[in-house]
Amino acid sequence: MNKSQRVRPLAIAAAAVTAAMIAAGCSSGSSSSSSSGAATASAPGITATQILIGSHQPLTGPAAPGYSEIAPAANAYFSYVNAHGGIYGRKIKYTYLDDAYDPSKTVSDVHQLILQDSVYAIFNGLGTPTHLAAVSFINSSKVPDVFVASGCDCWNDPSKYPETFGWQLDYIREGKILGAYIKQHFAGKKIGYFYQNDEFGQDGVKGLDDEIPSSQVVSRQTYVPTNVNVGPAVAALKASGAQVVVSFSIPAFTALLKLTSLKLGFNPALVVSDVGSDPITLGGLLEAFAKQGGATVNGNQLTQGIISDGYLPTLGDTGNSWIALFKKVHDTYDAKAPFDGNVLYGEAVGYAFVQAMMKAGKNPTRQDLVKALNSGLPQGPAVAPYAYSSTDHAGITGAYIGVIKNGALVQQGPVYTTDTSPTGAVTTYTGAEQAAPASGMP
Amino acid sequence: MTLARHAGAAIIAAVVIWVLTVQLSSFRDYQIADIAVYLVAIAGLTVLIGLSGQISLGNGAFMAIGAYATALLQMHLNWPLWALFPASAAIAAVAGVAVGAAAARLHGPYLAGATLLLAVALPSFATQYPGVFGGDQGLSVTVTAPAALGVDFPPTRWLAWVNAAAALIVLVLLANLARSRIGRSWRAVRDDEAAAALAGLNVARLRVLAFVVSAACAGLAGSMLAVYSSQVSPGSFTVTLSIALLTGAVIGGLGSLAGALWGSLVIVVVPTYVMDVATSHGLSSTVAANIPVAAYGVVLIAVMLLFPAGIQGGLRRFFGLTPPTDAGPFARLNSLRRRPPASEHQEEGTT
Repeated sequence: MNKSQRVRPLAIAAAAVTAAMIAAGCSSGSSSSSSSGAATASAPGITATQILIGSHQPLTGPAAPGYSEIAPAANAYFSYVNAHGGIYGRKIKYTYLDDAYDPSKTVSDVHQLILQDSVYAIFNGLGTPTHLAAVSFINSSKVPDVFVASGCDCWNDPSKYPETFGWQLDYIREGKILGAYIKQHFAGKKIGYFYQNDEFGQDGVKGLDDEIPSSQVVSRQTYVPTNVNVGPAVAALKASGAQVVVSFSIPAFTALLKLTSLKLGFNPALVVSDVGSDPITLGGLLEAFAKQGGATVNGNQLTQGIISDGYLPTLGDTGNSWIALFKKVHDTYDAKAPFDGNVLYGEAVGYAFVQAMMKAGKNPTRQDLVKALNSGLPQGPAVAPYAYSSTDHAGITGAYIGVIKNGALVQQGPVYTTDTSPTGAVTTYTGAEQAAPASGMP
Repeated sequence: MTLARHAGAAIIAAVVIWVLTVQLSSFRDYQIADIAVYLVAIAGLTVLIGLSGQISLGNGAFMAIGAYATALLQMHLNWPLWALFPASAAIAAVAGVAVGAAAARLHGPYLAGATLLLAVALPSFATQYPGVFGGDQGLSVTVTAPAALGVDFPPTRWLAWVNAAAALIVLVLLANLARSRIGRSWRAVRDDEAAAALAGLNVARLRVLAFVVSAACAGLAGSMLAVYSSQVSPGSFTVTLSIALLTGAVIGGLGSLAGALWGSLVIVVVPTYVMDVATSHGLSSTVAANIPVAAYGVVLIAVMLLFPAGIQGGLRRFFGLTPPTDAGPFARLNSLRRRPPASEHQEEGTT
């Protein structure tokens, strides 16, 4: 090999970078100016005819089953809105990128959405570890970050993250509401915890501990999502003599908990967080896991009697105006997906976004959306009000208790609301739930 | 002087990158930073596989070590960026010594299996010890551009500069190493261990050294990843990452540093480009999300069929840079396959 060839690798390197960048195409953000009157391009991502929003979602990878239904369901509701006049005449265009639940891909997705696609807002970015990786960049870019799809209390931090708003019931409030129910209905019983060893499980347990006397809690077992061997944890729960097991788990681990308990002849009352209790998802997982182990079970039979909670109307409540509306939208625009909890979630959070945009005004800047939310949002499909104010960016503040019967959650008793403080009481919500507007539009 | 020539090429590349970062949009700057991360990691891997003839499916784990080292040093000791990069590389290199010492006794599929174990097991340390490593959420890393650049300076351009500079330095060092006595010794060991040992080379030490170099590169890449994505979390260092690095090295052309660039371009640019094309042709995001995965597979198959020696090997052949019968030391693919003794050492020339 002669000397001149030695330089080549790096010379080619330089040429290659150039070529690739040219091939990938250069683009630059669009500038815009605001004025009043007719619909104008009032902010990045908003033109006279369109509102462009973006999201990061686990469309592939470990979190995709179930969760990948959420963004298409929200988009189905946007299609309905677009077909019925849009938001002040503008159509919503929803670009959701796959992050495969990998935080470094989330960061890359969000850079693409904000720097290249110039979205107006980030909407419903899914996951706690994923969104945490991107939340600083979104806020420093002054892009509204609305309705994060995670119950982490961390989104409610207006001084640090003024652009970020939670949406779903946070895990601390959920823990408190479940805890208050357990304290009342299982007084004096031995209680065991089974929870995911991250902020989801820990926040939930924080809420439970605010309500349940610590003398009643006989065992605290954790799992990590990467280790499916829950045998030791379940055996410890059994050995502790727990009569009630409270589980802050994702659906797959609720199913493992149930099947392992069954195998060990352990049959406590089971209380499961909303996140891990969607009866359709859970029933399917129970049957699939049992089949892998060479057994046949009836999913509906095994989920029977599980106590959970809900902050949206129950799917089985066909008389509910929201369920009727979302079922209609689902059948028209998203019929291939099953009408389950994930789809309901996606459509409901889509509705909330349209509500917020209507409130933000005809030609909104990015700050107008944040300002609109800082002055509160009507309740919409949720069973309890939103907490939104300039000092509080938490979402839905309450839920009802439900019991799974024949593969569907059935509401038991009233809706309870509470706050995230250790001393704040869990109270019965006396306000009326709202009915869905006849037009289906906020 | 080899060093001067490589340094000259690096300076030219630096100027090109500087022009690109100033001319292109912020997102392209961000992608340049991204490419630089993969370039460093793949360059380290391609040296290990292509020159020393060992395989590693665990370089994602070394990236994790570098990334967490960066986060912890920055969080607890508030080290500056210029110290974080070499420190993270050094910490990963130490881990490389441990793994390499064990790996030097293994060959082929056993080595692949052992390193795969590392890639699978190591990230779960973060979830097992959330107090130190922050669990699933990981740790945040805050590195800001120097104030001297002004308040309006785009942060992504700064990140692109930092990462590209680190990548160029690594490439120059690796290019020199490959031409040095050590590089020749690696090739000797790769081609015929017994002959190399008979010629007086310490085979075990050379194999461990290759592992250490590769781990240091991966550690630096992890550190760069932590800085430009401003966080570290176990979700970023799955087995998929280690496989992607190997794929990048194979697609680019094993043993070739230019090939490492091709590989990192394929990994970073192809998915976004294909995704853009798919969505602009009206495919729903849900469908489009699966297309980059498919495109990745198609590129891999196409490259392997058309250019068994990787893109760089294909280019060399296409432009007739080297005789097709001998693609030259940098484009040699078949390091994992025993080849008939070649007269390679004679053509190497002097350093």
